[in-house]
Amino acid sequence: MDRKRFNRLIAATALAAAGLPFGAAAQAQTEISFFYPVAVGGAITATIDGLAADFSKENPSIKVTPIYAGSYQDTIVKALTAHKAGSPPVTSVLLSTDMFTLIDEDAIVPFDNFAKSADDKTWMGSFYKAFMLNSQTGGKTWGIPFQRSTIVLYYNKDLFKAAGLDPNKPPTTWAEMADYAKKLTVKDGSGKVTQYGVQIPSSGFPYWLFQALAIQNDVAMANEAGNAVKFDDPKVIEALQYWVDLAKSGVHPNGIVEWGTTPKDFFEKKVAMMWTTTGNLTNVRNNAKFDFGVAMLPAGKRKGSPTGGGNFYIFKKSTQAQQEAAFKFVKWITHPERAARWSMETGYVATSEAAYLTDTLRKYGRDFPPAVVARDQLPFALSEFSTHDNQRVTKALNDGLQAALTGTKSPALAMQDAQREADRLLRGFK
Amino acid sequence: MRSVHAYLLLLPAFVLLVAFTHYPAVATLIDSFHSTPKGARPAVWVGLENYQVMAGDPVFWKAATNNLWFALATIPASIGLALVMALWVNERITGRSFLRMAYFTPTVLPMIAVANIWLFFYTPSYGLLEQITGAFGLPSHNWLGDQRTALGAVTLVAIWKEAGFFMIFYLAALQSLNPSLREAAAIEGASRWYYFRRVQWPLLMPTTLFVMVNAVINAVRMVDHIIVLTRGGPDNASTLLLYHLYEVGFRFWDTAHAAAITVVLLAVLATVAFFQFFLLDRKVHYK
Repeated sequence: MDRKRFNRLIAATALAAAGLPFGAAAQAQTEISFFYPVAVGGAITATIDGLAADFSKENPSIKVTPIYAGSYQDTIVKALTAHKAGSPPVTSVLLSTDMFTLIDEDAIVPFDNFAKSADDKTWMGSFYKAFMLNSQTGGKTWGIPFQRSTIVLYYNKDLFKAAGLDPNKPPTTWAEMADYAKKLTVKDGSGKVTQYGVQIPSSGFPYWLFQALAIQNDVAMANEAGNAVKFDDPKVIEALQYWVDLAKSGVHPNGIVEWGTTPKDFFEKKVAMMWTTTGNLTNVRNNAKFDFGVAMLPAGKRKGSPTGGGNFYIFKKSTQAQQEAAFKFVKWITHPERAARWSMETGYVATSEAAYLTDTLRKYGRDFPPAVVARDQLPFALSEFSTHDNQRVTKALNDGLQAALTGTKSPALAMQDAQREADRLLRGFK
Repeated sequence: MRSVHAYLLLLPAFVLLVAFTHYPAVATLIDSFHSTPKGARPAVWVGLENYQVMAGDPVFWKAATNNLWFALATIPASIGLALVMALWVNERITGRSFLRMAYFTPTVLPMIAVANIWLFFYTPSYGLLEQITGAFGLPSHNWLGDQRTALGAVTLVAIWKEAGFFMIFYLAALQSLNPSLREAAAIEGASRWYYFRRVQWPLLMPTTLFVMVNAVINAVRMVDHIIVLTRGGPDNASTLLLYHLYEVGFRFWDTAHAAAITVVLLAVLATVAFFQFFLLDRKVHYK
């Protein structure tokens, strides 16, 4: 590049830079940055970009800028670091369980501040109660459910037939699941297991899957204020014992079962039944080379599953105008029609009853019945485990669960140790 | 005037070094004596409390012992393997450049990607490792899901990843050796082993020192594969110090406690580096 062209380029860049704020001011546009957790580009970013563009078309005074920030963990790291530096995003989708963490960091504002009209209030009351449990505390609503999931049971109908079981009757109780699992376990001549009956993943975040067992045994592990836990409750220990016994009896793989490879195990017919998120539905639909079924998790004393997934939050350190614009955006994007479209395209559970009553989802549910299993399970669902200092308390539980599953501690001892650690961590929040 | 000029030339590098290395190190030291600021509560001076909490944390000690074993296994194994591979591909054999490339490949691949591949190697029942052991009729084993084998499994990935990188340095050093030494040894009738032990190995010492410094740094720096393979589990069986540090800092948001761990880590590394540069360096023969 010669000097003349270089100078021209510099001048052009300077002009463009100077022109930007001027242009924005002329239109009096409110720009809201929106952190969205996705690791790689593809279908999902195209959907989000499309939604943001549609919203700006309907509301020309507001410009939504989606910023793709990696996994949930990466996104909260970026959002909180930006908050500490004084320039957080205006809104972000983060784990519903991060609510207490965000409140303790004084990073977010409740949605109640902006819900002024009756319409706003009806909207805030329109979501499934199971999802709101993780979004409210102390009488305020801090998060709005967006991409939410629950755990369901996927099973291989072909293997059911081969084992002499009715492929249209998945197990409905713990005893039935253990019994079916036994029938579905296949060993080769040398006694080596070639196909397990059931597997419940336990790497990374075993607490989430374990919580389903605890709920089914009729116990909630954390209180609503998020400052007390019941890990050493006899019912919790009993639930863990059930899981450990599944592995001991040889119908469930030993040790830690990797979350990431569980769907693959299912596709490879190494396991006949698996517990995993509804978010895997599209994956299973595309990759299972056999007839599969989706069912509610079996009941212990009751049916149940925790919810999971992400909520919208509005950050404190942004202007009033930006926060109000973000509120408008969140209200718009969670509208039943758009929630229905979002659910169909991603496999997440639609967040309101009204979404399931739209023509779009009704038709989808008729064509593909597994898609509505998660919705039918929602009345039995409880909020995902969440407390103050959430990640640390959760780690105490995870460590305990893994110790019990790998056989280094008995379920009772593991849960007592976890309880002691959690009590220590939570004593400052009473 | 000359020195002003010199300092001006050094200024850009100096600014970068202060801004991204020295200032953060000093700030970390200061932070480690304060509490973690939360919301409306600013940081206050707490003296050595963060260090006491750290010393009383069993996970920290577990991570420290794990890291020690990890270092003791990866450093000699990756250096030894690198040396053997370098001697091997330094010979005149057919397919030499292909072999060199094959050995170097693990270094070029991003750790996250290879860890995902290894995840499927270690998968029980149908993973590559299981297929091999299964062919010999050995029982199935959950390598990453067992407390006894998890650390060994992640260590192996680290060795595999590092050896190829170190091989390149050894290969370069071997090629710079004077060929007349080999001829002289041949005339004297020295065996291959004798030639290696008495000629090649001593002349490779400067490279070995350099590689060792890198291996030690990597032993506390490599953490990506832990995130993919085990996330420190089962029950902290494969947690390394840096992973523990990340968890405390960016998952628990206890930045003051994390600062204390960082200071300890820095102190340990500084001690090791001091030992390597000032004591080991004297024993190394430079040409």
